[in-house]
Amino acid sequence: MTEGGQSAETRRSDGAAANSEIAAAFADGPAFVPYLAVGDPSYEASKAYVEALARGGADVIELGLPFSEPIAEGSTIQGAIVRALEGGMTPELFFEFVEAVDVDVPLVCMTYYNLIYQYSNDGDSEARRASGANGTAANTGPAAFVARAADAGISGLVVPDLPAEEADPLRAACDEHGLDLVFIVAPTTEGDRLESMMERVSGYVYVQARLGTTGAKSDVSDQTDRSLQRLSGWDVPKAVGFGISSGEQAERIVASGADGIIVGSALVDIVADGVDNDWSTAETATKLEAKASELADGANRGRPTPTTGEE
Amino acid sequence: MSTDHATDAADSHTQAADGKFGDYGGQYVPEALMPAIQELTDAYERYVVNNEDGFMDEFRQRLADFGGRPTPLQRADRLSERYDCELYLKREDLLHGGAHKLNNALGQVLLAKYMGKDRIIAETGAGQHGTATAMAAAHLDMPCTIYMGERDINRQRPNVFRMKLNGSDVKPVTAGRGTLKEAISETMRDWAASVETTHYVIGSIVGPHPFPVMVRDFHSVISEEIRTQTREQTGGLPDAVVACAGGGSNTMGAFAHFIDDDGAERSSAKNQSGDEPRGRVDLVAVEAGGSSLAVDEEEGVAPNSASLSTGDEGVLHGARTKLLQDSFGQIMESHSISSGLDYAGVGPELAHLVDEDRVTPVAVDDDAALEGFHRLSNTEGIIPALETAHAFGYLEEHADELSGTVVVNVSGRGDKDLQAAIEETEARDVPNAPDMSMFSGGI
Ligand SMILES: Cc1ncc(COP(=O)(O)O)c(C=O)c1O
Repeated sequence: MTEGGQSAETRRSDGAAANSEIAAAFADGPAFVPYLAVGDPSYEASKAYVEALARGGADVIELGLPFSEPIAEGSTIQGAIVRALEGGMTPELFFEFVEAVDVDVPLVCMTYYNLIYQYSNDGDSEARRASGANGTAANTGPAAFVARAADAGISGLVVPDLPAEEADPLRAACDEHGLDLVFIVAPTTEGDRLESMMERVSGYVYVQARLGTTGAKSDVSDQTDRSLQRLSGWDVPKAVGFGISSGEQAERIVASGADGIIVGSALVDIVADGVDNDWSTAETATKLEAKASELADGANRGRPTPTTGEE
Repeated sequence: MSTDHATDAADSHTQAADGKFGDYGGQYVPEALMPAIQELTDAYERYVVNNEDGFMDEFRQRLADFGGRPTPLQRADRLSERYDCELYLKREDLLHGGAHKLNNALGQVLLAKYMGKDRIIAETGAGQHGTATAMAAAHLDMPCTIYMGERDINRQRPNVFRMKLNGSDVKPVTAGRGTLKEAISETMRDWAASVETTHYVIGSIVGPHPFPVMVRDFHSVISEEIRTQTREQTGGLPDAVVACAGGGSNTMGAFAHFIDDDGAERSSAKNQSGDEPRGRVDLVAVEAGGSSLAVDEEEGVAPNSASLSTGDEGVLHGARTKLLQDSFGQIMESHSISSGLDYAGVGPELAHLVDEDRVTPVAVDDDAALEGFHRLSNTEGIIPALETAHAFGYLEEHADELSGTVVVNVSGRGDKDLQAAIEETEARDVPNAPDMSMFSGGI
């Protein structure tokens, strides 16, 4: 089902990121990678929230570009996406947000493939249709989306409904513009699939801590340890996500070999609480910053020291 | 028994071994599901395509014993006269459960058993696929959970009860407008967490490969029987096959064995005894035109479900296909008087066949569908599902295009829709409806 596309593309097993900023963010110790949906609950508020995450110690920030059918998300992030869409978020506003937000860490766009596929840089979806189905034309589809993302200052992409088998057009566009394309490795990913994915991934690999959808959980699955084990031969940075909600969990995951932690739902929960309880933007931002610090500190505590073989 | 369908000359329709129909199809799913989808592809090829361990024989036997196949092909005398053609009804409404859905549900639940899975999940819109899956799961002794949009639960109470009677757990889905689209997304989320033990019985020819080809193959018994039965009853093949299309499973089931047929046996070709080429059997997919084919971009609402006629290419629920979406690629809320057609996407194979001009898409609006519902009921004594009623709306609106032998797939019966039909008939001015005065105040 892969289109015979085992072209001898450069093996990326050396973790050579296309985007040097992301590589740098993982180079000096464990990376804390928070996620928020852009526009949740409004453009201005989410700008303050993302800036708070950076102050709290984020090394890379994943920015969600909301799609109406987020099949990989649990109820928490679904809620964020609904609020963002109701607040009027669009791909173009998202890129304006990226240009405007005042942070100096690399930004990764997390979205679903249809928004990339439909993207047209002249705002005209007719143009995309007229120019052919594969989105190869420069002003439409993956090429246009990645060009605009790069221009706005995005360093990488995560697309949860785009498996490696279908990713070649996007991979090519990312290569052209120096963006990383991050793939998700699930607990069920092994053998040849893992190999082919690890050959195509760049920036970091998103290690899905457990089966299911996103959502904060109090236990961190031992599926994580097994996944980290399977990946230990590859030196592309491994960032673990899905379910992490506390500094202790962050510490434990980094201690068991992760190069970074990705946290979404535990932060979105704070945004949702702010909406439900009518907190001011500043109040919510303060709580987000505190949570970010807790998670970043936890990750730093878990960094294994060279001398001990700590568990 | 399974070999008859494999050796029928017209069985060479698009096989799509790689899951692509032109540019449509594919496997756009979260990574966690990929191993399961590959396992399913393997099982599909072994058991369904190659009849390993006699899978297809057991499937056909159960369709006969439990399902009641073959379903009749019946001449519709009054409608034949009305439209001046030979009109035949393929009575899938007489399949156990009251709709074509059991063909697929029984096939997939049985396949799950062969694969060693121990739990079934499914989404449902009208509740027809849910009830069929619940019946099949009970019949084959598998635990089953069904996701259903909250709004659909309210529109389809009796079907919810039927699922529960058969021992299934019904979970309401509150996201979005609470219809089929949201139910599919939610079932995919369950599957992402349970994939190692659970099989997802998808309800139409949608979703990632191998679902579109597999669901089509389970339903293709419909067109296989139509071929045999029209030959027996008319001495030839039909000139046209008409079916409603939501995702398009009854549609592809009724079309499958005609796709590559050269049309030489068409009834009118024989009758005319001339050698002018008649062309292939006409295949008409009737979509829900809803209240209007226009689209409200601001609100993100398409008041129809006509993705074949009006949709654009995009990626939804694991496949590239024709979709109702706004110019940014956000999926629109669709609408139809019938919940089973109320979906923003359509099967990738059907989208491809429309682009290839092999299948003609036609939209029929809510009013015409409701009139079709009443017409079949009061002329032929058959109360169709509101989904099916769209096909009868087509006959009325395109009467002058009908000739020779026309087969309509009666995909389901209307018992599930009676409450909705009372309300919709009272709310609209339906010329061929019975006197509704005794229903005012409810039944
Ligand atoms: C009776 C009936 N016909 C048709 C459909 C539409 O499904 P499909 O387009 O997959 O045949 C449904 C769906 O619930 C249905 O119940």
